[in-house]
Amino acid sequence: MTLMVIEAPFVAKKARAGQFIMLRVNETGERIPLTIADYDREKGYVTVIFQKVGKTTMLLDALDEGDLVLDLVGPLGKPTDHNGVKRAAVIGGGAGCAIAYPQAKAMMEKGIYVDMIAGFRNSDLIILEDEMAAESNQLIIMTDDGSNGNKGFVTDALKNEIAAGKNYDFVIAIGPLPMMKAVCNLTKEYGIKTIISMNSYMIDGTGMCGCCRVTIDGKVKFACVDGPDFDGHLVDFDEAIKRSRIYAEQERKARDEHCNLMKAKVSDNG
Amino acid sequence: MAELNKMRVAMPEQPADKRVTNFDEVALGYTAEMAEKEASRCLNCKNMPCVSGCPVNIRIPEFIKKIRENDIEGAYKIIKSTSSLPAVCGRVCPQENQCEARCVCGIKGESVAIGRLERYVADYMFNKETTEKAEPNGKKVAVIGGGPAGLTCAGDLNNLGYDVTVFEAFHIAGGVLSYGIPEFRLPKSVVRHEIENLEKSGVKIMTNMVIGNVLTIDEIFDMGFEAVFIGNGAGLPNFMGIDGENLNNVFSANEFLTRINLMRAFDDNYDTPIYKFSSVAVIGGGNVAMDAARSARRLGAEKVYIVYRRSEQEMPARKEEVLHAKEEGIEFLFLNNIKKINGDESGNVRSITCVKMELSEADKSGRRAPVEICGSEFDLDVDAVIMAIGNSPNKTVVSACEGIETNRKGCIIVDEETLKTTLDGVYAGGDAVTGAATVILAMGAGKKAAQSIHEYLQNK
Repeated sequence: MTLMVIEAPFVAKKARAGQFIMLRVNETGERIPLTIADYDREKGYVTVIFQKVGKTTMLLDALDEGDLVLDLVGPLGKPTDHNGVKRAAVIGGGAGCAIAYPQAKAMMEKGIYVDMIAGFRNSDLIILEDEMAAESNQLIIMTDDGSNGNKGFVTDALKNEIAAGKNYDFVIAIGPLPMMKAVCNLTKEYGIKTIISMNSYMIDGTGMCGCCRVTIDGKVKFACVDGPDFDGHLVDFDEAIKRSRIYAEQERKARDEHCNLMKAKVSDNG
Repeated sequence: MAELNKMRVAMPEQPADKRVTNFDEVALGYTAEMAEKEASRCLNCKNMPCVSGCPVNIRIPEFIKKIRENDIEGAYKIIKSTSSLPAVCGRVCPQENQCEARCVCGIKGESVAIGRLERYVADYMFNKETTEKAEPNGKKVAVIGGGPAGLTCAGDLNNLGYDVTVFEAFHIAGGVLSYGIPEFRLPKSVVRHEIENLEKSGVKIMTNMVIGNVLTIDEIFDMGFEAVFIGNGAGLPNFMGIDGENLNNVFSANEFLTRINLMRAFDDNYDTPIYKFSSVAVIGGGNVAMDAARSARRLGAEKVYIVYRRSEQEMPARKEEVLHAKEEGIEFLFLNNIKKINGDESGNVRSITCVKMELSEADKSGRRAPVEICGSEFDLDVDAVIMAIGNSPNKTVVSACEGIETNRKGCIIVDEETLKTTLDGVYAGGDAVTGAATVILAMGAGKKAAQSIHEYLQNK
């Protein structure tokens, strides 16, 4: 995971939790969306946290302190609506925790009770533990393999908390689509309002291409302008999961080629 | 009149079998000799019917006369005095419905090729132009949207001495000229050049600024701008609402063309991905549909279909684009409509189901509506579908500003004479007002708004 603080005064002035930016690292690069993890209106800074999953995030990660990002536009999308929330569970899955914890922070600042439930594949992959602990009333970390001593999925933890009498009136889940789907299936049983954040493919991020379309309650919505937050109980997750795989093959190829190029450069220099 | 003079000078073109393998420009442009010959066909009519057909009233016979006199710079000055983007208009204007439609030569033969001559003049002057800066009058005007309407408005106001800043949402200006119209019809180097000329003459362009999100119109006024022009276009792609429309590899034409034109996905050196499909259906019959179909062909699709529910006669695309598309092997399925899109288990497009249509008897307005022929459904195997059925205005700018009224389609309401919106000091034009239309109409609106803004600020 990489945390990057970018000077973008216009964006910092308007940014709110749940919104995102689009950036382009270099002239031949893609435009990619990244959620705004934090901002400093006075200094004009915007913070993003990202995982190196493909070529573009690798290029971004390779920038040094003081370098320039070629293009950055935002804040895009609608901010998350925390109005009326009293007791919330914020659920993060893997890299999604980087986007989930600013939500916890924003709600804590409003005086809302927040439990943070974070899930990882194993204890080596745990990120932002201190930050999440600081921005919640209670932090529960689950691992798929139990390597942190807490085996299970985020849904198991959520279920336990609800059974133990936590009267959540709001759940926000951010992470891989199957995880968000599982959380929504669970909270639907209990009738708890649940918001998820869509991480669809986007080109422009301003409603212009429709690449990010998602079906909500039978209607087509654009994640970039109508979201990225949606009522999780109304999302057609199966369709979203299929759409999330459109460029999987090309992404793998670009990443592998880029990795080989980097390796070649390293051996040239060595 | 000699037989020869009835016909216009043919445009040299890349042969169809070669051009489908590249994204280079199809029409290669007149030589000096060709331009002079074509210019000599102009009858220099006293009442100039062609000029009244031009949305920006270019003094056509005058510039053609200059070509005949071999004073190309003089011709350029005449064009440039009313049109800020001559190299663009010469290429993409629907001249056949505008200036050329009214040309007297067109009655007994072919009309003078005005668009081609305009392009010749602009291309001849490429890199030879000199920019003059007007005396600044100390007043700031903001232009929202760097497309044809905004750039024209900015150029005209700049020439009047205003300090103009264009706020563009993308990383480069140009609007549809940059993201929509393909390289083979309008090279991006031409667009870039026209924009650079505007910048050299003093227009400031701020990219990556989504107005409505990053700044509101109120804040723009607070920054010292005294008037605002909104030309943010019609950028929201329409979908049909049919089954299967969210399957993988169903695109809006906007997405497909933006990947190719703005992000240059056709070039292996660029990272934005696009698949090479084998069989593509494009739904719609406008210029955007032609652009999408011809781009798909160039990416390597063996079969490309245009599915259009009316007949060829009703098709809104420029004739030249339709002809070019046919030459490039695009198959036109006229009087056919798409009913649904069928997918495989992974959610990828497998085929479309179409139905044959017929045109009903003309109604009172003379319009013949397309009607389905019962039981004529058939499937067509394709691996991608591109929806090119129009766009609606984007609400981002207006929804963040109180006082600007829109109609039920989301188009900004303006006074037709002045293009003033319902908010004082704010003007609007182009697709944001009319819904999706043409580059030249947007330019005409940008021009008109510049004049109104000038009058408004003079009297303020």
